[in-house]
Amino acid sequence: MIETDILIIGAGPTGIFAVFEAGLLKLRCHLVDSLPQPGGQLTEIYPKKPIYDIPGYPEVLAGDLVDSLMEQIKAFKPGFTLGERAESCERQEDGSFIVTTNKGTKHKAPVVAIAGGLGSFEPRKPPLSNILDYEDKGIDYMVKDPEKYRGKRIVIAGGGDSALDWTIYLADVADQVSMVHRRKKFRGALDSVEKVEQLADAQRVNLITEAEVKGLHGDGRLEAVTVEKKSGGGALQIDTDYFIPLFGLSPKLGPLADWGLEVEKGAIKVDTLDYSTNVPGIFAIGDINTYEGKLKLILCGFHEATLMAQSAYRIIHPDKKLSFKYTTVAGKPGT
Amino acid sequence: MTEDTITIHVEDRDGKTHDIEAPTDMDFTVMEICKASDLPVKGTCGGMALCSTCQVYVLSDHALVEKSEDEEDMLDQAFFVEENSRLGCQIKLRPELDGLRVKLAPEPVL
Repeated sequence: MIETDILIIGAGPTGIFAVFEAGLLKLRCHLVDSLPQPGGQLTEIYPKKPIYDIPGYPEVLAGDLVDSLMEQIKAFKPGFTLGERAESCERQEDGSFIVTTNKGTKHKAPVVAIAGGLGSFEPRKPPLSNILDYEDKGIDYMVKDPEKYRGKRIVIAGGGDSALDWTIYLADVADQVSMVHRRKKFRGALDSVEKVEQLADAQRVNLITEAEVKGLHGDGRLEAVTVEKKSGGGALQIDTDYFIPLFGLSPKLGPLADWGLEVEKGAIKVDTLDYSTNVPGIFAIGDINTYEGKLKLILCGFHEATLMAQSAYRIIHPDKKLSFKYTTVAGKPGT
Repeated sequence: MTEDTITIHVEDRDGKTHDIEAPTDMDFTVMEICKASDLPVKGTCGGMALCSTCQVYVLSDHALVEKSEDEEDMLDQAFFVEENSRLGCQIKLRPELDGLRVKLAPEPVL
């Protein structure tokens, strides 16, 4: 069991900066995030996009901002549970919470701060009516262990880097690889595109462009997919052991929706006094919360994290007086 | 109607068409005007062509700006994509788009 003062769900900019503000009050933090790296959407979706409204930075790349934030909190030595999604949250008799991830990791803290942004990032699932029936029975949304496909027949769908990279890699591992893509053009890195085209020319990859997977078949387990070409000409059936749709990730509120929190239009309602939710001890900061006049800005997330930390202190140390100190007075943080 | 206002027609997912008056001098996009009109358009990424929750089918033959690489990339990862699919966030409302007719693409449920 991991124990901490404030358990932060979500390691995006707001969650990371919450560690800093809590650290100034000598509160320990631990962050949980479903992505394998900190930074949230900044690292996952737009690391190379410049941001112009961070005070003190006329222009900063999203990825660089995350690096700076991580540097800023280093002295407070936060803990991380990455690549795991916070699944359940149970209140204990002593008032603290136990948050368990999808991999069973347990965290105990008197305060939980949800900085979940848009939600946890989940693979995009193609809208095929029976797709859920074949999950883990021939359909994988990500490649975890390539060896699983040794000697098997696989169909990969998608046209981005991960679809291209896995097609190239698995061409050497699987018995038969088909790749289905909606367009003729690929948007991945040029050399991966060339490599896949070479593999197709050498008939080591069955490349089907301007086409989509439209049907899944099999008795209890996936046995075949149907592919329809845009040009028409009837559906093509491909017998296969696995179908791996690789269409990127999209955020979902997910299990947080069942934590007993007041939710409005996919966001958690908070009191702007300290960004507390309707459950005492649970706060929601950053893009995941909503209140009158809410703006989804990193800047606002920082402010919300700061006020949250003050209230968290009073919950964690009900008998202690909190004195506010400027960092110019208190000196280098964490020393 | 003032000079800086156009009307666009948005068909929602139930087949109902909404005639929306939109200013052309505020850099609004189709995604933003739909959200502001309480249509069920999420616009999750805020307009960076990084989700696809604002996908629309363009029904009229207005000349639109070419798709950027970013938009093509995103449509590659989206579903229900047709020849006339566009991301609403990439269509800026300009005077020449008066009478634009679009239909909201289905929302992926999974």
